[in-house]
Amino acid sequence: MGPYIRIFCFSLIGLLAAVEGHSAVIRLVPGQSIQSAVDKASPGDTLQITAGVYKQSGIVIRKSLTLIGEGYPVLDGNMEGNVLIIAAENLTIQGLKIINTGKSNMDDSAAIKFFDSKNCVIKDNILENTFFGLHFSNSSGMTITGNQIHANAIREFEVGNGIHLWKCKNSLISKNKVSGHRDGIYLEFVTKTKAEENYVEKNMRYGLHFMFSHDNSYIRNTFKNNGAGVAVMYTKNVLMKENRFEENWGSSAYGILLKDISDSEVIGNVFLKNTVGIYMEGSSRIQFTGNTFRENGWALKLMASCDQNTFRANNFTQNTFDMSSNGSVVLNTITENYWDKYEGYDLDKDMIGDVPYRPINLYSVIVEKIPAAVMLWRSFMVTLLDRMEKILPTMTPDQMIDQSPKMRPYDYG
Amino acid sequence: MLKLLKYALYDILKSRFALIYTVFLALVAISIYQVSDDLSKVSLSLMNIMIMIVPLISAVFATTHFYNNLEFIELMLAQPVKRSQVFLSQLFAVIIMLSLSILIGFGLPMMLWGADSSLITLLAVGIILSAVFTGFAFLASVMTRDKAKAIGISLGLWIYFSLVYDGFVLYFIYSFADYPLEKATLALVMLNPVDLGRILMLMQLDISALMGYTGAFFQKFFSSSMGLLIAGGTLMVWMLFPNFFALRVFRKRDF
Repeated sequence: MGPYIRIFCFSLIGLLAAVEGHSAVIRLVPGQSIQSAVDKASPGDTLQITAGVYKQSGIVIRKSLTLIGEGYPVLDGNMEGNVLIIAAENLTIQGLKIINTGKSNMDDSAAIKFFDSKNCVIKDNILENTFFGLHFSNSSGMTITGNQIHANAIREFEVGNGIHLWKCKNSLISKNKVSGHRDGIYLEFVTKTKAEENYVEKNMRYGLHFMFSHDNSYIRNTFKNNGAGVAVMYTKNVLMKENRFEENWGSSAYGILLKDISDSEVIGNVFLKNTVGIYMEGSSRIQFTGNTFRENGWALKLMASCDQNTFRANNFTQNTFDMSSNGSVVLNTITENYWDKYEGYDLDKDMIGDVPYRPINLYSVIVEKIPAAVMLWRSFMVTLLDRMEKILPTMTPDQMIDQSPKMRPYDYG
Repeated sequence: MLKLLKYALYDILKSRFALIYTVFLALVAISIYQVSDDLSKVSLSLMNIMIMIVPLISAVFATTHFYNNLEFIELMLAQPVKRSQVFLSQLFAVIIMLSLSILIGFGLPMMLWGADSSLITLLAVGIILSAVFTGFAFLASVMTRDKAKAIGISLGLWIYFSLVYDGFVLYFIYSFADYPLEKATLALVMLNPVDLGRILMLMQLDISALMGYTGAFFQKFFSSSMGLLIAGGTLMVWMLFPNFFALRVFRKRDF
């Protein structure tokens, strides 16, 4: 009987090996170790993680596996270190709920941390109470889509970034929701990457924050009520299209802060109810077209260090101040915009005002110097002063004018 | 008291001034609604007009009303009614009429074409400012014996509060720009009812800009309902103070 069993066993093992070669599906139930399942699996396998709580952290994956959660199984990191650490190609993580990572800046604890990976998909996961949410370094071809990332820290230093990419390229970040982190989306040395339709709100510091990240595009994202709005720096070739920047209130909060950005396009965005819609310094050759600035404190703060930027065909409505600047040098072009404060006339009926518009008014210059003076805004005295300045400009830069202001707003919906 | 108030009100309504004032306000509001494309622009334009016009009309009308009714008041004082009742009936009649004019003149167009919170605030500010400047006018009237002088004082107060005072504050801010000014400016604004009304409106219209202020004190003031309560409360004090003072003088005045 012995030999028969031995033969049977061998053939069974052979059969299993054959099945594994055709990518096996391994089911995991709560209580089982994900790490040992990962170690046993061979590349191409699928790990199906069934619903329940898995109190495990520091799981290392170095193979191309597919991790799929059924009914959002909870991976509880027990407040210790990272939960998943990945260095792999063609890996997919879908439908997991990852909670409670460690809170440490020493190892930048994250729910999922990628090193040196390629072509991975991170899809429809829920991350709660994590230090960093998704953390990528030196990776390419990542698809990060449909994740919900939420932290509830009270102070800025107690939490990391929601989606953090460092030295990555050719990636897609889409349809994610990020809230409560330090920066919603943070990119450094990230190139040729797209961020689309993300909803980033109520983060401690910036909704979107990038540096040295060239050739990226940001389309139809919403950045709302973040501590300091959006800040982007030291980058060229950026496309920002149809994004919404809303309700960023505070003394240093900006719809978007552009510092040393060049050769870029900002098209069709909406800036609504920000303290400052766009603040820019040291930026050049940016095209601003078709944007809507509405109900901002200052629609535009254009520092004198900016040059060769063009503002064409934008709508400026109901802003407290349309524009302010810190110098009298004007190296930018402002033309064909609609300004609701424009009071000129159009005798030749070509829908373009016959007298130029001065977007900087006297009082915005005064408020820039003495912030407490904002208390007197809209008083009769101040209105009189503004009128006089309009007729005889003395303090405002007289070159800062829109030569062809539109009589009616553009219809940008 | 109620009877006196009723007769005083009848008297005002007969004078046609109430009607003209209401129609004027309504015309202004309607034309602004027609010209502007959205509500916050409407409230902005209405505010600009109201901050100037309402105190002016209130001051002038209340003074002339007091002197036109001086004979009636003197007659009433000969009757067995309390002095304070005679005075208050006249005062309330004027305030009620001015408030009604604003409510109808501005309120009807709002009901027709819609209103938002800033427009409602505008109505409230208008009514309060009417009361404040009626108080000033009555005070000026009871303290002088000459109609022209009283109107002069009322107009002076109006110019002072809507123009001169802000000039002083601006000069002050400019001169002391190097010092932390937030509390001082706020305190100075509290000393002017017109400014207070304006600040209440600013909190509705320009909150994005106001939140840009660096000082934590301002931030707290504007972002919480605290600011609203303090500004509103101080405005109430402004409403009571001149009226009360005028009443005291009236009680002791020798006609």
